Order: sequence, then structure tokens, then C-alpha cells
Amino acid sequence: MPELLLELFSEEIPARMQARGAADLKRLVVDGLKSAELELGGASAYATARRLTLVIEDVAARSPEVASERKGPRVGAPEKALAGFMKAAGIASIDEAEIVTDPKKGDFYVVRQLKPGRDASDIIAEIVPAVMAKFPWPKSMRWGTSPFIWVRPLHGILCLFGGETVPFEVGGITSGNETRGHRFMAPEPFGVLGFADYRDKLKARKVLLDSTERAALIETQAKKIAAKNKLSLVEDAALLNENAGLAEWPVVMLGAFDKAFLEVPGEVLTTAMKSHQKCFSLRKSKGGALCNHFALVSNLEASDGGKQIIAGNEKVIAARLSDAKFFWDQDLKRPLDEMAADLENITFHEKLGSQKERVERIAELAYQIAGSVDADPDDARRAAQLAKADLVSGMVGEFPELQGLMGRYYAEKAGAKPEIARAIELHYKPKGPSDVVPLESEGNAVAIAVALADKLDTLVGFWAIDEKPTGSGDPYQLRRAALGVIRIVLENDVRVSLASVMKISAKLFGHTIPKEATGVKIALLPDRFDIENVTVDLITFFADRLKVYLRDKGARHDLIDAVFALGGQDDLALVVKRVEALGAFLETDDGANLLAGVKRASNILTIEEKKDKMSYAGDYDLKLLSDSEELALAAAIESVKQDTVAAINVENFTGAMNALAELRAPVDAFFEHVTVNADDAATRENRLKLLSQIRAATAAVADFSKISG
Amino acid sequence: MPKSRSRSKSKSKARANPNGKTKKITPPSAQQSFSAPALQPRKSFQDLILTLQAFWAAQGCVILQPYDMEMGAGTFHPATTLRSLGPRPWNAAYVQPSRRPGDGRYGENPNRMQHFYQYQVIMKPSPPDFQELYLASLRAIGIDTALHDIRFVEDDWESPTLGAWGLGWEVWCDGMEVSQFTYFQQVGGYDCNPVSGELTYGLERLASYVQGVDRVYDLSFNGRSDARGLSYGDVFLQAEQEFSRYNFEHADTELLERHFRDAESECRALLDAGQADVGAAGDGDAEADNGVDNTGGRHLMALPAYDQCIKASHLFNLLDARGVISVTERQSYILRVRDLSKACAAAWLQTDGGRG
Repeated sequence: MPELLLELFSEEIPARMQARGAADLKRLVVDGLKSAELELGGASAYATARRLTLVIEDVAARSPEVASERKGPRVGAPEKALAGFMKAAGIASIDEAEIVTDPKKGDFYVVRQLKPGRDASDIIAEIVPAVMAKFPWPKSMRWGTSPFIWVRPLHGILCLFGGETVPFEVGGITSGNETRGHRFMAPEPFGVLGFADYRDKLKARKVLLDSTERAALIETQAKKIAAKNKLSLVEDAALLNENAGLAEWPVVMLGAFDKAFLEVPGEVLTTAMKSHQKCFSLRKSKGGALCNHFALVSNLEASDGGKQIIAGNEKVIAARLSDAKFFWDQDLKRPLDEMAADLENITFHEKLGSQKERVERIAELAYQIAGSVDADPDDARRAAQLAKADLVSGMVGEFPELQGLMGRYYAEKAGAKPEIARAIELHYKPKGPSDVVPLESEGNAVAIAVALADKLDTLVGFWAIDEKPTGSGDPYQLRRAALGVIRIVLENDVRVSLASVMKISAKLFGHTIPKEATGVKIALLPDRFDIENVTVDLITFFADRLKVYLRDKGARHDLIDAVFALGGQDDLALVVKRVEALGAFLETDDGANLLAGVKRASNILTIEEKKDKMSYAGDYDLKLLSDSEELALAAAIESVKQDTVAAINVENFTGAMNALAELRAPVDAFFEHVTVNADDAATRENRLKLLSQIRAATAAVADFSKISG
Repeated sequence: MPKSRSRSKSKSKARANPNGKTKKITPPSAQQSFSAPALQPRKSFQDLILTLQAFWAAQGCVILQPYDMEMGAGTFHPATTLRSLGPRPWNAAYVQPSRRPGDGRYGENPNRMQHFYQYQVIMKPSPPDFQELYLASLRAIGIDTALHDIRFVEDDWESPTLGAWGLGWEVWCDGMEVSQFTYFQQVGGYDCNPVSGELTYGLERLASYVQGVDRVYDLSFNGRSDARGLSYGDVFLQAEQEFSRYNFEHADTELLERHFRDAESECRALLDAGQADVGAAGDGDAEADNGVDNTGGRHLMALPAYDQCIKASHLFNLLDARGVISVTERQSYILRVRDLSKACAAAWLQTDGGRG
């Protein structure tokens, strides 16, 4: 079956939008053709700096015929009804309709029609312009006088179906069978016959269509050049992909810079070369120090072998690195404390004051929670005081992604304690779900204190001014901050009551409410800021984030709910221990049966309480118990209650579960031999109360009613 | 009519020239008919400019001279901001001296200056071959695209003070940004329709590249190696040093703040008066009495108002360079300038130049 080839040729598409653009083109065209009942084979999409390309194999030449049947009014219906039916069915005379006899309704009209299939090229000519008109580019634009919008000006549409041009027009551009090669090396238009021909001719004209091929080529060339010079490439997948999006015909070359720049930390050099120039750094050997070479990716096989390109890039790199070195030298002249004082001039948030005020809060909070994470409180406070200082350094002004790291370097140069210097870098971590967490086992307790204080200050602050994340947005990345707290706490087994830390944090805002004099509106008025409410709401937010986190790790959602339903659960490490123990218990035979028993008791209670419009919660009367199973259950409940609470008090959750297991046999026996709804009202009430105590006995462990199954 | 009178005077002088008497007085070299030598954009800063002028003139652009006000970029020139609004076609090119007080380095940085030149091209509607024209202009100034790696790298442009944005690229030549290439989408908060294409060449940087010098001040300004040869440093180094002192140390901030407020209120006053003139225009009150509005809702002073907006913007830059503007104040200054530029854009759209 024929193949569909579509290429949308434009001015340079931003590298970061290409992969998504290709995927969207494929999805939207495939969906459009499918919804027009066209059968399709496999589809692949490609993107370069100047084109989005889609190829779909084995496209049916026509969509199938569709039979339709339209029922009309009965024979002899009023004129108006008949006319309406004829119009709807598209017939000129009622004689064109069939008459069908129905045993109940009598005779009525039916129009049976075969909706003919359509030529694929007609469908394509309809679908492609529709897809282009609503294409989901992250940003698109107009140009010239046309109202059509695209990511950048569109210059050509190549659309071939079975080798034939599918004619249509979009944004003043008529589709055809031609495209162009490399902007400089093969600018002339040329015709193509189909995808294989297209891809091969492009390659002959210095365009590699497939971005993965371009990325692989860059990597191979770069590694080859590195190896040839006995160097090792600093690999960077994102940089590789960006370069693959910037060049249709990547050519890697080696450049060098003055060795004097190697005084500057390697991360700075790498960032300077990468963020502005998209160049790769090189090391003397794998894992070793940087060398004074870089790999650049050009988009040209230059007639002089690239001499001028290298010379030009070297010049620019030298300028970039001398900027970096200038910032490094200048920053080193200023003590971090002096920089920290300048944080006064940086607004954190207009309602939450300056970065300096924020740092003061974080320092105090870090000091107060240091004990819980085995950090030295004075070190924690000191680290927090310096943690944001580099935000006013020249280097971080130029390369914001180096925040934290520069602070660490500057602190080290100034002779700060190593754990304080490390904390300055690490307090931003983890920056995402896959980023590393500062670990106490690696000597980073100070970093943990500052990281927690930083994140909790942010969360409490934004909660206090009611800037919480919504379904559509989280501009301050508060979910990420909460996840950071969760991961730090769990991965370090930090035992802390979040609610009490939040309250300490909240109170600190009271001292730093921006004053009228600074021109900032006072928003954090004490009467508007209800610490209790903020804490409760924020704990609920944490519970949700923890659920998401644990669910991603494979924990059961209902078990987390069952633990949080106990109330007052603000010690995350403890919550997780409970969930784990509960999960393990429910896997056992005892656990599963006990759950069934507890659920049965709960169900009976729910039904009877509803019927009697009263609660049976409360103590039973021991004297009214007569059956041996009743007595055994009562005895078990009493001992289980004591044993579980005792075990939980020492955080022995497995022990608590084992204690709970003792309930299983008596519960089973009770349900087997005892009739709850006894004839005698007093006995019945007492037994219902006994059932309520089963629920109560398990309540120290989890809310079993939240557990499914 | 004083202008035409003086012109006719000079004409009569010129007519007198063929007269044999004056011939003897005039030095022979000045008398010979002048033919321009071939331009050498790779050797001379001014030849690079002249080449670009000739190139864009040949594309139908009017070659304007710089706007006679201090501004941070060629974009502020009314030939770009205001002319990019409204339906009338417009094609212009010009050099604009640009002042960014905060970028001064006392002449010590090899390529950072508080005063530099931008070459600005504005074409409305943007022609379909705008990229090709731009590349041809690079070839014209001696950049061989078979030898140099030219790339269009995403760079969306936004001017908070102009309330303007557009999409385009920074253009790289061997890794160096040599131009900004933008398709204007909005100016002063109004949609650009048709869309203007804007090119901004960083002239000093481009010249350093084609001349192969590392320091802007080492550029040959006029391409001469004889006694009349002047470098960029000969022309501008002292100015860089002096203005850096002024910008960073001596600018009177109270005076600047006052001037800012003055420019702001003058701008508003002109915008109001330009509108108010609608009814009061004309010699007599007859038209107003008849209720006839012969200006048809036109604005009569969009350009003078916009001058005040340019002024305010530069005063803000000076204040910013002096480091007396706090972060929150900064935002409010930007918003104040933006409000002015939006109001000027609105006024412009009610002028002959801004309407169809």
C-alpha cells in the first residue's frame, strides 16, 4: 500500500522544540487520518533545525464504504414530517425510501445509503492543513502579512502520497514534491519520489534527517577527536541533543584556550563553554581534571577544513572564559558575609520580604532543628547564613545554574569548615526526584539541617500568603520542595515532628514582616496568618506528596491512607515504618483473615448503628458475656490493646502486628459460633459493643476501614 | 519658507562655479570629480557601515540618520517602534548610537562599552526572503558563508520597557553572536500587523571579527595606515572613560529622578494635549461650534510624546547604573516607562503614519 511523506520546511526551529514538534505532528496526523477511517501502517517522525518530517507506511488508498440506515416517519405521516426526513436523509422524493413493516409500529420509511469511501489523498489534503492550523507549538508567530501562525516562517510543504503530490495550501504555501538541502552546502531545491529517496537525497545534500543519528555522529566524532589527542570527553546528553537540533550536518572540531583559565573551577569552565557556546569540555583523562581544549559542533564542512571556524570559536570561548575568570577573581575579593549582607537588595517575594530576611529565618530554623538531624546547631546556623550569599556574586549572576556550588568554592577559599562549605552547595538538594539527597552517613548533617530549613521556610511562607500549588500550576515549585523534605527525611531516617518544625518556622515570619518603609505591602499580618490552620493544611499536603512518593515506590495507596487516618501523623519516617509493617502483616494469612474479621465487625456495626440510630462504640459489660467465644474474644481484645500500644510506644511495628495477629483466632471463632443479633436486647447491645472494641483494638495500628480487600 | 530660500541661494552659487574666475581659486584636487573608492569593510569600521548602508538601500530601505536622542538600542528609534505599528509598509535602515550606562568599563574591557553602534534594519511587512537578504548582507561585508559557520539560535526578544516582544534568533558566526533577528509580534502592547522583520547588527563586534582584532579600541575606524588613520580607540576611548565616570560616579541622581518625573509628566501632558487638540484645532472656533471634528479622532502629538518616553527610559538606565534603584523600585520604573510607551503606541495608531 502507498506511503505518505510529509515535510514542513521552515526557518530555524528552536532546538528544544524539535523532538516534541515531530512527535506532535505524528500523533495529530495519525489520529486525524484514523478518525477519517483510513487504515495506516507504521509512522515515524523526524525533525531537523529546518524541517519536521512524517512518513506513514501502508496507507490505504481509500477509506472504506460505510453503510448507513436512517429510520423515518411512518407511512402516511404528515407532509411536514416527511419533508424534514427527506431533507435530513438527502433524498429528493419519498419514493427513494424503502418501506419497512414492523409488527408493532406498522409501515414506516427507511433510507439505506452506502456512504462511499474517500480517496486517501483527499483526506490527507484535509487533515494536514487542519493539523497545521492548530499545531501545539509552545510559542508560535506570524510573519509578513499572513495570519497563519507557525513556530517560525514556513517556506515549503512537501506532501507525497504514493509518490504523487497531494495538493493543498496552507498559509499561502502550496504543497509540492520539492525540498532543499543544507542551507549553505546544498541550497538548491530538488524533487523527491518517496521517503527512501527523500532521506538519501537529503544525506547527499548534507542533511542528516534523524536526530538520533546526528547525536550519535556528534558523540562518535567528539570521542574520536578526544581519543586522537589522548583526551576524554565530558559527556552531556542534553548538550548532545541540543547540538543535534542546531546542526543539520554536524561537524565536530577541536579548539583550545589559554591554560591560565584552568585556575577557575572546572564546573565553571564547563558551564561557561556549554551554556553560551554549546561546546563540550574535555578532560586529560577519564575522571581527571579539565584540560585546555574543547569540542565544538559546527554545521559546515568548510572549504578551509574549518580553520576559521575554530579560530572564531576559540576567540569567543576565550572571551567567555575571561568573563568567568573575571567573576571568579572579583568574587574572591569579597567575603561571603559581605555578599550575604547584599541579599537585602534582592526581593524573595514581595509579600515574604528580601532574601536576607529569608536567610535569617532559615538560619534560626536550621539552628533549632539541627539537634534532630545530629548536626552541630552553630554550624547549621552559620552554613545557612552563607548559603544564599553567592546569589549576589558576579559568577552566579552570569551563570545562575552554579548557585550553591560557587558559594561552596568561595567558602572553601575563605577557609570555612568543610561541612559548612558542603552544606552551602548541598542545601539546594535534592532538586528533583532523581537528584541525590545529602546524607548524614556522608558527613552532611549540616547540609540536611539547612536543606530542611530552606524548604520548610519556603513552604510555610507560601502557605501563609496562600500561594499554594494549584492543579494548573506550581510556580514556586512547592511540590518539589515538599518532595525534597520527604526524601531527605526518609533517606536519612530523620525523626522529627513536621508540625512542630512548621510552627517554629511560622513564628519566625512574625519577626520579619516587611515594614511599610520598604515600600512592600504588609501581608503577613499576624491576625491573617493562622499558624494552626497553615500547619494542618501543610501536613495534609505532605500526606498527599508522601502518598505519591510511596506509590511510585510501589507501596499501597490504601495502606498510607489507613495510617494517616489515625490522625496526628506528622513524623514521616514513622508513617513509612507503619505502612511497611502493615503491608507485611496483611501479606500473612493471619493478617488477611484479621482484616476480613475487622471488616465484618465494622460492617455489622455500620448496619446496626444505622438501623438503631445509635452508636455502639464504648465498653461492653463483662458480666453480660456468656459464651466461651465471647469471653475469649474479650480477653484477646484486652491483651491485644495493651500489647499493640506497648509495642507502638517503642516503635516496634512488627511487634504490634504480631500482637494484632493474636486477635485473628478469637475473632474467627466469635463469628463462627456467636450470634450477634441475639433475641435478648441487652445481649445484642453488649455484643455489638464488643464488636466495636475489635475496631478499637486495631485503631492503634491503622484505620482498617481504609484498607481495601 | 526660509529653507527653500537658502537652497536657491546656494544653487545660484553653484551656477556661478563654471565661471572661469572661481576655477583658479579652487585647489585642483577638490575640483576633480569625485568617485568613491571601493569599500573595504574588512579593513575599515566606517566602510563596514557604508557597505551595509549601500546594501540595504539597494533593498529599498530608506537610509535614515541616527535619532538625535540617547537610547539603549536602535529598537527605540521611532522608525522601529512606532513605524512597526499600523498597516503601512515601511522599510528603513540606520545606524543608531546606543547608550547603556551600566555597561561602561572605563575603556578597560576589550568589548564592553557604554556607547556603541547598532545597525538597524526594519522591513514591514517582513519579506519572505528576509533570512536570505540578511545572509547576503553578511557576504557583502566579507563573511564567506563557505568558510564560516552561520547559525540561527533561538532567542526570543522581549522589551519590558517597550511592552514589545517578538520571536527570532541570535545569529552566530563561528560561535559569536553577530546579530539579532526578530519578527515583531507586539509593540507597545499592540499586535504588529503586518509583521515587521527587525535586524540588529552589533557593529563593533562584527567589525572586530572581520578585522581580526581582539579589542574594540584596536579597530581601524577609517581603514587608513597613513597620518590620517584613526582607530576606534582614537575616536571613542576617552569618551568611554569620561562617561563611565559620569555614569557610575557623578551623575546627579536627584536631578535624574526629577528629570525622569518631568519626562513622564511631559509625555502624559503631550498625549493629553494631542488628543485635546482634536476639538480645539483650527483657526476659528467655527468648526468646534459646528461640532465638526475635522481631525477624525486623530492624535496630533504622538512623536513628541514618544520622545519623552525615550528620555524617561534613558534616565532610568542612568539611575540604574548609579545603583540607586532597589529591586522593587526597578520594577516600578520599568512599568512606568512601559505605560508611557503603550500610551504613545496607542496615540501613534491614531496618526496618519499609524493608520491606513
